[in-house]
Order: sequence, then structure tokens, then C-alpha cells
Amino acid sequence: MTEEIIIAGFGGQGVLSMGKILAYSGMMQEQAVSWMPSYGPEMRGGTANVTVILSDGRISSPILVEYDTAIILNQQSMDKFEHAIKPGGLLLYDPNGIIKHPQRKDINIYSIEANEEAAKLGLSKIFNMIVLGGFLKIKPIVKLENVILGLKKSLPERYHHMIPDNEKAITRGMEIVVEKNVAN
Amino acid sequence: MKELRLMKGNEAVAEAAIRAGADGYFGYPITPQSEVLEYLMTEKPYEKTGMVVLQAESEIAAINMVYGGASCGKKVMTSSSSPGISLKQEGLSYIAGAELPCLVVNVVRGGPGLGTIQPSQSDYFQATKGGGHGDYRLIVLAPASVQEMADFAKLGFELAFKYRNPVMILSDGAIGQMMEKVELEEQKPRWTDEEIVEISPWATTGKTPDRERNIITSLDLDSHRHEKHNEKLQAKYKKIQENEVRYEKIHCDDAEYIFVAYGTSARICQKSIELGRKKGIKIGLFRPITLFPYPSNALRELSQGLKGILSVEMNAGQMIEDIKLSVGTTFNVEHFGRMGGVIPTPNEVLEALEQKIIGG
Amino acid sequence: MEEKISIEEIRKEENLVFVKTKLLTDKSLSYCPGCGHGVAHRITMEVIEEMDLWADAIGVAPVGCSVLAYEFMNIDMQQAAHGRAPALATAIKRLMPNKLVFTYQGDGDLAAIGTAETIHACNRGENFTIIFINNGIYGMTGGQMAPTTIPGMKSSTSPYGRDVKIMGNPLKITELVATLPGTYSVSRHSVHTPGNVRKAKKAIRKAFENQKLERGVSFVEIVSNCNSGWKMTPNDSNIWMEENMFPYFPLGDIKVDGELVK
Ligand SMILES: Cc1ncc(C[n+]2csc(CCOP(=O)(O)OP(=O)(O)O)c2C)c(N)n1
Ligand code: SF4
Repeated sequence: MTEEIIIAGFGGQGVLSMGKILAYSGMMQEQAVSWMPSYGPEMRGGTANVTVILSDGRISSPILVEYDTAIILNQQSMDKFEHAIKPGGLLLYDPNGIIKHPQRKDINIYSIEANEEAAKLGLSKIFNMIVLGGFLKIKPIVKLENVILGLKKSLPERYHHMIPDNEKAITRGMEIVVEKNVAN
Repeated sequence: MKELRLMKGNEAVAEAAIRAGADGYFGYPITPQSEVLEYLMTEKPYEKTGMVVLQAESEIAAINMVYGGASCGKKVMTSSSSPGISLKQEGLSYIAGAELPCLVVNVVRGGPGLGTIQPSQSDYFQATKGGGHGDYRLIVLAPASVQEMADFAKLGFELAFKYRNPVMILSDGAIGQMMEKVELEEQKPRWTDEEIVEISPWATTGKTPDRERNIITSLDLDSHRHEKHNEKLQAKYKKIQENEVRYEKIHCDDAEYIFVAYGTSARICQKSIELGRKKGIKIGLFRPITLFPYPSNALRELSQGLKGILSVEMNAGQMIEDIKLSVGTTFNVEHFGRMGGVIPTPNEVLEALEQKIIGG
Repeated sequence: MEEKISIEEIRKEENLVFVKTKLLTDKSLSYCPGCGHGVAHRITMEVIEEMDLWADAIGVAPVGCSVLAYEFMNIDMQQAAHGRAPALATAIKRLMPNKLVFTYQGDGDLAAIGTAETIHACNRGENFTIIFINNGIYGMTGGQMAPTTIPGMKSSTSPYGRDVKIMGNPLKITELVATLPGTYSVSRHSVHTPGNVRKAKKAIRKAFENQKLERGVSFVEIVSNCNSGWKMTPNDSNIWMEENMFPYFPLGDIKVDGELVK
């Protein structure tokens, strides 16, 4: 199994750290992982993205132009990555702030109102974990217990008290993700 | 016990250097390698192993601090990215001339000039052909993964001391910035003063009554003597060429065509191979790990059964010169590259092979 | 009646008044006869011998006439690129804090191409000693203008005398480093008379003692002659130095025990 994922949105949405937790989770189940962020001026204007690959074998290129999954959190990223999803692949997005909804018919499309839900829960900081929950509901490529282990590894000790909230967010994400289109 | 971590290439080389028992790091911030210094300042190895970490006032100062430390037989290093590495060339020339061991990491970005901060391989010539003034060579290691960033810190120090020669890890922005799983070796203790005297009896550790004074210099105003010194350097480089060649072959057994690529380009080529093999094209990858010494003999041997070679580089075609020196100019060799910090896509690499080599 | 002493008599051990320190090699100095570099070498080595620090001493030679200092100083030495000696010394001292580390630099090396290294090492408060030979000229390369060439002074690149309107001002780097928090003692001396040699030697000793006490940079400037570069006889050059250099670069303490001298 190899899963090639792009996560893209605004800086501050936790795009990079969501990718990191996913990579850690893969590592916990002894997969090869890579995490390749955009950096520098590419990040100006506030967009950030990261390519995460999890694989049972050796990872070839950490930099890709086609993805199995795109997790999209703003309009710029939608414009940039909707067309980079492999046919039959997955697009998961938060409709908050999206004006042009995805058009493709040959991919599976899901939406998740993570922003709204995080506000409701009063947990805006773990918005990204709600999205991650949604993704894992659709593609359970890593076990929840490994995500928790991954969280423990990636968070500094002083934030470990927040792990239960993170877990709650992931579970909530799993509940609220909505199917929009099934690939034809 | 080995330890598994998810790390950036820049962090991995720093952590591995600590664990290899490095005595000192001297650097100056520049994207995309600032994480090396940032990591070290966060980890504070000076409290754990006694390793000195210092932000110098410039790359020039940093490489000269390395010169000073290396002269004392210490395991010292610096890191930078292309514009900073240009500033270090003076120091590197002195270090090579004075035959000192040290480790230099170049996390290459696109040039010339201030260029771009995106990954590139446009410093190949500078790294492998000398860089500064004078007839000298660096041992150049080209990591293609975060794991190799870590492994080459240790290997780099070993080779540096084995040959009393500066070693460069020629990385790039992609490998510096990305995170992968790394297996880290156990902490090695730093050498004691006694060990240093034993390992590097030439080092300036203070003239004790039992030996003559030690002098570290690259100067000799007597040209005949200086020629002898140059001959000695050349003999050393020859020995390095005989003994230290490293490379990797992927899917080469049944290959009709190969990519030759190092670092990030080699990773991209592996994806192109996946794509190409699906189409029935028999492609493999020859990945030089040492860029000096270049694995010429291995490449020449491999080329005998091949129909063509595509050199894939993130530059205008630099390594292709070494490939041609290895396999001859009549062999079917072409270059494909992107410049200025643009990373080639696996698909365009495959297309280039189809058009320039298979079709051509 | 005056008694005449024979040469044999003079050479007798009990009549010796001067013995060359073991810390100078037997190699004859490559400096021009009359040049101050030789005396500065000698007193530096004598201090190290007197303090019994032979096994601890690591010196850094510059690029300039004293590039070959390591040929004459019988201690462990490194030879730096032009201007970079303070960077080397920074690393040496940090990596081997128990050693006695010093740089020996000319004015072009220390105050032109190596200004950044000098200022930053001094400002960081690196714990080594800088011995700065200020002869107001680039001796080694044939007498070009230095950052310390005084107004009106002739050199091969200021053949009509330094015109500060065109060539800019000389740099009083010693006064400059004295203002930095990382310097502990800063003083200016000369080695052209026996009395001045004694004072300079005392200053070097004090600087090395400060280093042992981990006080930061001790900076000893020696205003010196370059009779060749100045195109004078050694004697004339010393007189010229007293009359012209000393008013611009007054001898004495500039910073003592971390405090600027008023
Ligand atoms: C990078 C570099 N630029 C220029 C030179 C040429 N150079 C050698 S010595 C020197 C000036 C030395 O003057 P100073 O430091 O005053 O020492 P002095 O010779 O007067 O003792 C110069 C410019 C060099 N060796 N390296
Ligand atoms: S050129 Fe000047 S500084 Fe150099 S040795 Fe001669 S007198 Fe001394």
C-alpha cells in the first residue's frame, strides 16, 4: 500500500502539523513515510501545503504532481490541486470559504464542516484534527491508536494534556464527514 | 540502541553530528538550511556532550572557525546554502591545502547570485571540481534521503579524518526541508584530549616536550617543495578514487536504459521508473553517492549492456560531463534538467527519456 | 687604564647578559633589519616561557609580513587566511578552553580585511589575546595604504600622502574595540626603546594573565615601524614614528580591567 497525499490551505490552519501527525502515525505502524512542505516565498500570501506519503515499501519521489488524496482547506488550494488528483482518487475539503466547489466527476469527493464544528466545540486549535478524523473515516490507512501514539511523539510533553481533546476532535470528524460525489 | 525519529534532513544531519561525537559547529543562517543551527541551539549539545555551537558573524568567519578547530584535531563542521558556500571557498581552499579534516554541508538552492531559495543542483561543479583556488578536491557525498543526511554526518567525519581532507555533504533544499523516518545511531563520546593526540598527532594541541612543534599551514614559498606537496595531495585524491567510490543501482539488472541522477533528482527518477515500467520500458537508475570520487568505472561497466543514458539534474547539465568522461562521448547520453529551483516532475523526466534517448 | 675584555671572555657563560628564549627557533628572521616585528615576536615568546605555558600556547599567524611567524615562534601555530585569525582563535579557545590562545596580526589583516572578525570576536568577548602590530602600512605587499595610514602619510597607493577627503579616514580600531563590552584590557605600546619594550612585555604578560582568569579579549597594540615600507633608515623611521605616529596613536592604557580610561 502507498498513499500519496497533499494537504493544502492557509498557514495557521495546522496543515503542516496535520501532515506531521499523519506521518508519525504511519511510522508507528512501521511504514515508510515522507513529509515534504512548501517553504519560503511559496508560502507568502498565506498558503501552505505539504505532501505526505505513507508506504509499506520504499518511497520513491517525495515530491509529486499527482495525488491519491487531496485535503483542501482554502480556495487557492482548490484551484491548484483539484486537477492533480489521480482518477478514482479522493478530494476532501472544508466548504468554509470555498466559492468554486469541485467539479470533477472521476474522483470521490467528500466535504467536512470542520471549521464550523471546531467553533461550536470551542476548540479552534484542533480544527485540523477534525479534518484528519474525516479523512481517516474515508480511508482508514492508519489506526486511531497509532494516531494517538503519533500525537504523543510529535507534541512536546507540555501539550500532552491536550491529547484527549485531539482524540475527541478526530472522532467528531469521523461523524460529520459527508459524501458529495462518487467517482464514475 | 538505535532510535527512530521523524526528522527534517537539516535536523537529521545536526542530530547525527552530535551523536557522531562532533566537537564543534559554526554557522550562519541562510535558507534552506537554517534548521541546522536552529536545531543545535535548541538541543544545546554544549550542555550534553560539550559540543561547541556558535552563530558566527558570517560564513567567512564560520569556515575559518572550522579551520581553527580542525587544526586542533577536533571534529568540526559548518553548514550553509549556495551563496554562503561561495563565501566559504577561500577557507575550504586553505583547509584542503593544510590537509585538515572537516565536514561541510551544502543545502543547495538555485543560483547564480542570490538566486532562489528553492532546491537545486547547480553547485555540482563547484563542489566536485574544487570550488576555491588551487588544485584540490573535496570528498563529496550526495544524500538522497533524510536517513542519508544522518548517515553521511558520521561517514563524512570518518572519511575526513581517514584522509585529512574536507568532506562536503552536497544536499539540496528538498532533502533539507523534508521529513522522513530516520534511524539514529547511539551517542558516541567525543574524543578525549589523549585520543586526539593519538588520532591526529599533527594537531596543534600545545607543544609538549616529547614532540616537535606542530604547524598548520597551506603556505610554502619554495615552489619545488610546494610542488611536492601538491603531488602528495594528488596521490591522496587518487587513493580516495580507488577506495571510496559509492553508488546505488536500482532496477538495473534488466534495464535497457538508465537514468543517472543523485539526490532529489534520483528520488524523482525512481517515480519515473515506476511510471515507465508500467508502460513496459525497461529503465533503471544509477545513483552516484560519492560525486567525488565519481563512480566512473561502475558506470562504464554498466553502460556496456545499455542502449542509452539520461542524466537527470536540477541544473543546466553539469554531472553529464562526468558521465561522458566515464562512458565516452560517442555513447548515447543526454541531459534533462530544470533550473532555478524548479523540481522536474516524474512525468517530464520519463517523457525526456522517451524523446531524447529512446526516440532520439 | 681601561681593561680590554677579549671576545672569548665575553662569550663565557658567566658573562652572558642575554639568552635567546627556547621559544624562538634558530631560524633567522625574515624581517627587514630594524623592523619591530622581531622584537614583538621575542617578547611574546619570552612571556610564554616565563609563565611556563609552552605546552599550552597556540598561536595564530596572519597574512602579512608575519605570515611566517610560525617559522620563528617555537610553539604550536596555525596560519590563517588574510584577516581571519580571530575566527580561528575563537574556535580554538572554545574547543580548548584551557589553552593559551593568541593571534598576531598586522593592521591590514586586523583592521581592513578582517575588521568583521576582529570586531565580532572582541564584542563576543572571546577569551583570547590579540597582539596587533600597527605599522600604518601594508608591509608585505610593498607599502600600500593601510587602514591605519595616518593623514598625510605616503604609501604606494597614497603617493602624495593620505588625503582623507579622497581616501577616507584612518581607523582607530583599538579605540573602537575598547568600547565593546567583550574587551577587558586594551592598551597601546611600542618596542623601539628598551623602556618601551619592557612596558609592552608587561602588557602582554598582563593580557595572558587575564586570559587565564577568563576575562574576555585582551588587546595589545604595538605601534611599530616599517622602515622598508616607509622608505627610511631604521633610525629615521623610529624618529618619524615618535613624531608622527604617536600623536595620532597615543601610547598607554585605553581600557583597564573592563573600564575605559578617562
Ligand atoms: C584575500 C587576500 N587579499 C589580499 C591579499 C594580499 N595581502 C597579503 S598581506 C596584505 C597586507 C598585510 O598588511 P598588514 O596586515 O598591515 O601586515 P604587515 O605586512 O604590514 O605586517 C595583503 C593585502 C591576500 N593574501 N589575501
Ligand atoms: S616590510 Fe616592513 S613590516 Fe615587513 S618586515 Fe620589512 S620593515 Fe617589517
